[in-house]
Amino acid sequence: MSLLQHSATDLLSLLQSGDVTSQQVVQAYSDRAATVEDQVHAILQPTWESALERAEEIDRRRSAGELLGSLAGLPVAVKDILCTDDFPTTCGSKILETFRPPYNATVIEKLRAADAILVGKTNLDEFAMGSSTENSAFGPTHNPWDLTRVPGGSSGGSAASVSADLAPLAIGTDTGGSIRQPAAFCGVTGLKPTYGRVSRYGLVAFASSLDQAGPFARSAQDTALLLDAISGHDARDSTSANRPPTSAFAEVEQPLESLRVGVIREQLGEGVDDEIRVAVEASLQAFQQMGASLIDVQLPHARYAVATYYIVAPCEASGNLARYDGAHYGLRVESPELGSMYSASRARGLGEEVKRRIMLGTFALSSGYNSRYYLKSLQVRRLIRNDYDQAFENVDLLLGPTTPTTAFRIGEKSDDPLSMYLGDLFTVGTNLAGISGLSIPCGFSAAGLPIGLHLQGPAFSETTLLRAAHMYQSVTDWHARRPPL
Amino acid sequence: MSDADIVLVIGLEVHVQLQTASKLFCGCSTKFGQPPNTQTCPVCLGLPGALPVLNKEAFRLGAIAGLALNCKISPIMKWDRKNYFYPDLPKGYQISQFDLPLAYEGYLETLPEGGEPKTIRIIRAHLEEDAGKSMHDEAAGTSDSRIDLNRTGTPLLEIVSEPDLRSSQEARAYLDELKLLMTYLAVSDCNMQEGSLRVDANVNLHIPGPDGVIATPIVEIKNLNSFRAVERAIDYEAARQIDEWEDRGLRLGEAPKRTFGWDDQKERTVEQRQKEESSDYRYFPDPDLVPVTVTTQFVEQLQQGLGELPAALRARLQSQYDLDAYGANVLVNQGSSLVAYFEKLAAVSGNARRASNWVQQDVLRVLNETKTNIEGFPVAASQMGELLRLVENGKLNTSRAKDVFEEMFQAKLSLGDAMKSLGIEEVSQDALVDLCRELLNANPKVVADVSGGKQQAVGALIGQAKKRNPNADPGSVRKILLELIQQMG
Repeated sequence: MSLLQHSATDLLSLLQSGDVTSQQVVQAYSDRAATVEDQVHAILQPTWESALERAEEIDRRRSAGELLGSLAGLPVAVKDILCTDDFPTTCGSKILETFRPPYNATVIEKLRAADAILVGKTNLDEFAMGSSTENSAFGPTHNPWDLTRVPGGSSGGSAASVSADLAPLAIGTDTGGSIRQPAAFCGVTGLKPTYGRVSRYGLVAFASSLDQAGPFARSAQDTALLLDAISGHDARDSTSANRPPTSAFAEVEQPLESLRVGVIREQLGEGVDDEIRVAVEASLQAFQQMGASLIDVQLPHARYAVATYYIVAPCEASGNLARYDGAHYGLRVESPELGSMYSASRARGLGEEVKRRIMLGTFALSSGYNSRYYLKSLQVRRLIRNDYDQAFENVDLLLGPTTPTTAFRIGEKSDDPLSMYLGDLFTVGTNLAGISGLSIPCGFSAAGLPIGLHLQGPAFSETTLLRAAHMYQSVTDWHARRPPL
Repeated sequence: MSDADIVLVIGLEVHVQLQTASKLFCGCSTKFGQPPNTQTCPVCLGLPGALPVLNKEAFRLGAIAGLALNCKISPIMKWDRKNYFYPDLPKGYQISQFDLPLAYEGYLETLPEGGEPKTIRIIRAHLEEDAGKSMHDEAAGTSDSRIDLNRTGTPLLEIVSEPDLRSSQEARAYLDELKLLMTYLAVSDCNMQEGSLRVDANVNLHIPGPDGVIATPIVEIKNLNSFRAVERAIDYEAARQIDEWEDRGLRLGEAPKRTFGWDDQKERTVEQRQKEESSDYRYFPDPDLVPVTVTTQFVEQLQQGLGELPAALRARLQSQYDLDAYGANVLVNQGSSLVAYFEKLAAVSGNARRASNWVQQDVLRVLNETKTNIEGFPVAASQMGELLRLVENGKLNTSRAKDVFEEMFQAKLSLGDAMKSLGIEEVSQDALVDLCRELLNANPKVVADVSGGKQQAVGALIGQAKKRNPNADPGSVRKILLELIQQMG
């Protein structure tokens, strides 16, 4: 059996027992990358060389009997929006093409402390703005299940890395669905933790009140392993929740008794692919057969979520991205005058979608429009949050489809940002409410494309979501399927 | 209408740098005068992914200042982003407070020189981070600019007054009192040379007319680098605005607010180029900093810890030490250390008035002459107090005491050593009596004259006593001589 077929959890025990070395594991993934990465283009900055050195060091420490971290020797791919001091951090943007941060993100530090091995910085929509990874300034990532299709986004590179066996684990970020939607499109498990669960320090901001880093893996169990390593309070992030790291891995195999599952009926009606509806309904039945009770749930303001999101996120982005002005770092287009240097640098350095969102946000915040758009969106955001609070009074988690469609073709929606935005319909509410959401594979379309099941839970309910997902993955094998690459 | 009817209306915006060791949202030092760009980190450089974390000490100092300005303290601590592009603002926005300032609706009692005390209302006081410094090299006509980000992120408190000030003197009095208050509380060192206190003035005119008062367009004056400059700029601007009113007759609202800079060399205000986008800062709450509840308990604790503020101190010095208003004012305006020095001096010497006179005349004189402050003053209050006690008990006359004081200060000597160095010794009562007896025995004529009613005859003997023993106090000698003559008679 190839090393690539093992779960991260299995690899960990093989490493601990001495049956394999970390160098063997990293080499196996590196060999795999050499054969498929040309077709997938999941990784912007491969780091195999330093990864092999790290693996050697960890193997040496292991044989010396040293105490090692919880991910010791396991390869992890990280979205190229988390700062690393030893590799460039481009955010998929021309303006940061040569930018090398002088510091590490907290998530990166935690991965290092857990003795994980960074194998690459993965592709993404520029500054995490997009749902297809087509907005990367460095070319799109291809969906491992169908190379003519998008992997989803913005964490498309991380999702495709796990899907295509370039790494058993990956880190993405999710501002409106950017972990869960690509997880659904690529047939992997992806978790958006509760806002504040994982430190944002060193995560280059798109929309600060929505951004959250989270794990990708092939199973709920592996996802739990990675979440435990990256979560926990960080004094450098004022929005970080004052809670210890999760201990989901230790609990993930415990089934949930008398689970109350909320079903969002609106999400199983019009506008959702038939194949997706059928797959999700089958999943509901599977939960019912495991003893869960199904309860219909209303989220009356959910239909305003996309509109709200596309005010809140661009407003924050317009401020967050003001710093990319050519003055201090990154791309500068020389010009005799300050104002024209700014506009030329930004015009050349930033992509179309990023500019669109900066303009949207600038407009919505400008004097005279501020209360009509920005302040209004904050009020609706509150209502959306209230809907969830009410729903969770009666149910433990919510189930529905992650996306209304399966992966679309590269180029199919490039000229239609609105239809691209509407694809975020089921995921943006989670971010607006600041709660946790998980996508797991729950079937395939006739065309052989993965379908994602969306589990949402209250704030800090990640362990519950992962336990429910593990129950499901114990009786199904959708998550075990591999793309025909 | 004459110029005398025109009312000058002034409001001041004062930025004081809070006296914290580190910046508002990161751990970088706030020390002044370090090599450019050596006190920076990813947070204050605004690097991608870096996040601000509030320096609680800055918040505490800001709240103390707010309370001392008789402001209400906002029950919620909230931060907003003020968005604009400038190279010394590396994030492209300044973290400030927009709709919920830390402190609001206060007032400050001021004492304009030669005028009546006046209450100036405070609109608000809010915290914000400072920008960096741009240094433009315009001399060679090049476009080179250098940016120093050491100052970026330094905590500032912006204090905005109501337009209650009516003259440059009142503005000066307001600034003096504000600076005194901030330094008393150790909220800020208010060093204008180092930019720890910056002033912008908003000035316009209210002109009485047949249909009521007409307000003229407001002008903001910047680049005011001393209190003197504030006074001169306001006076200059008042005259300029009167001329402009007579020329053009523009009213408030008929012209946009303009910004003028004060040129200290040319002693005039100069209109500055208008920033095109400066009108819309697109404020919104900073999502990187969660709003924090400010408890009443916290505020009450700060209120109790404020101690005695200058206004109360002036009143107490007058009542407790029987000082006049002028004297109390002089002492308080020198700062709390000098007041503490005075109070110790008053206690040791046992005569507060004398202590006050000596501090105002002698201590302040040498501090001024040597450009030092009371913290480094070599004559301890206890030593100085003993000196004044000798004067009080008649053991040393004032002119001799001043010599001793000068010696203590110049040679940095203790009271005893200074007196020794000047050859001053305390003469015992017995020795004085012996001396007087001797003199009387040698001068029977004087005894006869005095006994005969010519008291002034004793003066000759006082002179002789002083010659025989320079440390003999003339008053005591006179008293003893008269007593002895009376006994002889």
